[in-house]
Amino acid sequence: MDKFITLTGIAAPMPLVNIDTDMIIPKQFLKTIKRSGLGVNLFDEMRYDRDGNELPDFVLNQPAYRDAQILVAGDNFGCGSSREHAPWALLDFGIRCVISTSFADIFFNNCFKNGILPITLPQEAVDVLMDDARKGANARMTVDLENQTVSTSDGQEFHFEIDQFRKHCLLNGLDDIGLTMEKAESIDSYEAQMEQARPWV
Amino acid sequence: MTNPETAPRTLYDKIWDAHVVDRSEDGTCLLYIDRHLVHEVTSPQAFEGLRMTGRKVRAPERTIAVPDHNVPTTLDRQNGIDNEESRIQVDALDRNAREFGVHYYPVNDIRQGIVHIVGPEQGWTLPGMTVVCGDSHTATHGAFGALAHGIGTSEVEHVLATQTLIQSKSKNMKVEVTGRLAPGVTAKDVVLAIIGKTGTAGGTGHVIEYCGEAIRNLSMEGRMTICNMAIEGGARAGLIAPDETTFEYVRGRPHAPKGAQWEAAVNWWKTLHSDDEAHWDKVVTLRGEDIAPTVTWGTSPEDALPITANVPSPEDFSGGKVEAARRALDYMGLTAGTKLTDIAIDAVFIGSCTNGRIEDLRAAADVLRGRKLAQGVRGMVVPGSGLVRAQAEEEGLDQVFRDAGFEWRLAGCSMCLGMNPDQLAPQERCAATSNRNFEGRQGYKGRTHLMSPAMAAAAGVAGHLVDIREFASETA
Repeated sequence: MDKFITLTGIAAPMPLVNIDTDMIIPKQFLKTIKRSGLGVNLFDEMRYDRDGNELPDFVLNQPAYRDAQILVAGDNFGCGSSREHAPWALLDFGIRCVISTSFADIFFNNCFKNGILPITLPQEAVDVLMDDARKGANARMTVDLENQTVSTSDGQEFHFEIDQFRKHCLLNGLDDIGLTMEKAESIDSYEAQMEQARPWV
Repeated sequence: MTNPETAPRTLYDKIWDAHVVDRSEDGTCLLYIDRHLVHEVTSPQAFEGLRMTGRKVRAPERTIAVPDHNVPTTLDRQNGIDNEESRIQVDALDRNAREFGVHYYPVNDIRQGIVHIVGPEQGWTLPGMTVVCGDSHTATHGAFGALAHGIGTSEVEHVLATQTLIQSKSKNMKVEVTGRLAPGVTAKDVVLAIIGKTGTAGGTGHVIEYCGEAIRNLSMEGRMTICNMAIEGGARAGLIAPDETTFEYVRGRPHAPKGAQWEAAVNWWKTLHSDDEAHWDKVVTLRGEDIAPTVTWGTSPEDALPITANVPSPEDFSGGKVEAARRALDYMGLTAGTKLTDIAIDAVFIGSCTNGRIEDLRAAADVLRGRKLAQGVRGMVVPGSGLVRAQAEEEGLDQVFRDAGFEWRLAGCSMCLGMNPDQLAPQERCAATSNRNFEGRQGYKGRTHLMSPAMAAAAGVAGHLVDIREFASETA
C-alpha cells in the first residue's frame, strides 16, 4: 500500500447525498478477479451513456476535473454494498482522498486498506471546501495527514480527526495482516481458552 | 473502559468482550471471528493475496464458501455458466475452496444458495458468535444474536490469514418496536418503516439492537429480514437477543451443537441480552400499531412511505436531500403527488437474502393462489437456497407460482443485484422483495420499489402497487 503523507491536488465537487457503492462501481465490473483497472469504470453509469460516450455534464468528464485527486462529496458517501471495488476504482482513477460530512462504515474502512484517506468534517467546513472545489483546476486543495489539516486554495485551514492507528498505518503504508501476524501467540492462546469455554463454536 | 464483570452491558458489549484477542492502548481491538462466510465476488483477490504471500487459511473449519451472486438461476445451469467472467469467478471460488480446504457448497449442491440463507439453514450461525463475510448483508445473521457484519476484500484476506479483524468499537443504538403489528404488516414493512424514520445514515457508527414486543413476536425468518436491512439504515450490524424462538430454530441443524454441548451452549446464550441499566448512545422507538404496509418510491431505502401516501415532492425535503429527491423522481419516472397505489409495474421479483426464505414464499403464494399476474407483468420467484426450493415444492408452492404466471427459478442472488442474466430492462419498473432500490441496482436504468413478499405478489396481480389490506378484502 502506498503511503499517504500530504497531498496537493484538484478537488472535484460531488454534492449529491447518499452516493452508494453501486454508483461508484456498478455490478457489471465486479466480475474481475483483480484489483486494478477499475478506474475507467468509476461512476460508470453517471459518467457514460449506454454506448460508452462520456456525458459532458458529469464532473469527472469536465476538463478541469479529469485529473482530480480529491473528491468533496455529499453526506453518507459510500453507502450500500461492501464492495472494495469502490475504493479500488477511486484509487485506480487517481483519487486519494474523499471529504464528506459522513461515510458509510464499510466503505470508510475499505479506504484505509487502500491508502485512501476519507476525511469527515462538519457541514460548514464541507460547504467551504465544496465551494473551493467548484473553482476548478486552478484551485488546488492541500491535505496534510501528519498535522490533520485540509487547506483550501486560498489558505483556509480545517482540522480533522482521525483514529491514531489508522493514521499510523497510512503514514507508513503498513499492511494490517503483517501487523496482526505478529500477534499470533495471542490468537493461539485465545483459541485455546475458547476451546474450553465454548467448545461448540 | 467499563469493568466487564460488573458494569451493565448491552448485548453488543457482551459479544464484543467475549471476542477480544488483544487490545491496543488507543482502544483498537483484535477481534476473534467465529465464522467466515465467503462468496465468489469479493474473495478472489483475497485468496490471491494469500497465495502471493505464501499464507494459509488459519481456520478452514470456520470458513464456509458458497457461490451465489453470479450463478444463473435458470433450470439449465448444470450445463455451465455462459457469461465468461461469471464463470471465471465461480471457477475461482471452486478452486480456492478446494485448495485451501474450506467448507464448500458448490453450484449444483442442493444446499447451495444465498450465503446469508445457507449459513443459518446449516446451523453455522449461532448466538453469541462473530460472523463476517465480504458482503454488506452479513447483518442478516444478527437475528440470532450474533455480531455479524460485512467487510471488504482486504479484510476478507485478513480474516482468512489470521481469523481476526482489527476493529474499533461502534456505539450502541436501540431500536424498539412496541406493541403488536396490524394484519398485513410484516417484518419487511417494519424495517422499511424504521429506515424511513432514521434515514440511511441513521445507524452510521452504531450497532443496532432491535427489541420490543413486535420484534420479539417475529419468527426467526422475520428477524433475519429486519437485521438484513440494518446496513440499509447505515448500521454496521443489527442484533436481536436470542430467545426460545432462536433456540428452536437452531436445534437439530447440521452444524448446531448436540447433546451436552447443546445444553452448555443454551446456558451461555441465555445470558446474551442487554442488561436493564445498559447505556445506549441512541434510542429510537416506533409503535408497532402505527406501521402500515410500506414501500419505497425513490432510489434510497430511506425513501420509504406507507402505501397510503403519495409520491413526495423535492420541496418536502431539506438540505442535500432536495436535489437527491429531484434526481430520484426523474430516475424513477414519477410525478410528485401521484398516489403510490397508482404506480403501475412491469415486473415482480420475489427472492433475495432479505425475503427469499420459505415463509416469504408462503406469504407470496397465499396471495397468488387462484390468481394470475396482470397482463404484461412478468414475475420471477427465486428461492434463497436449494433447500428452500425443495421445501416449497413439497408444499406445492411452485405450482401456485407457475399457475400465476411466475417463473420458478433455482437459488441465487438473482435480480437483487443483477450480476447474473436476471436484470431489469431500462425503465422497467419492478415490485421487489430485495433490499436496495439504488440507481441501476437491478439493471441499467431499472426502477425498483421495495416491499414485502405479499405486497409484491399483490402488485403483480393488480398490475400496480396496492395496499395488501384492501387487496385482500376486495378480491377475496
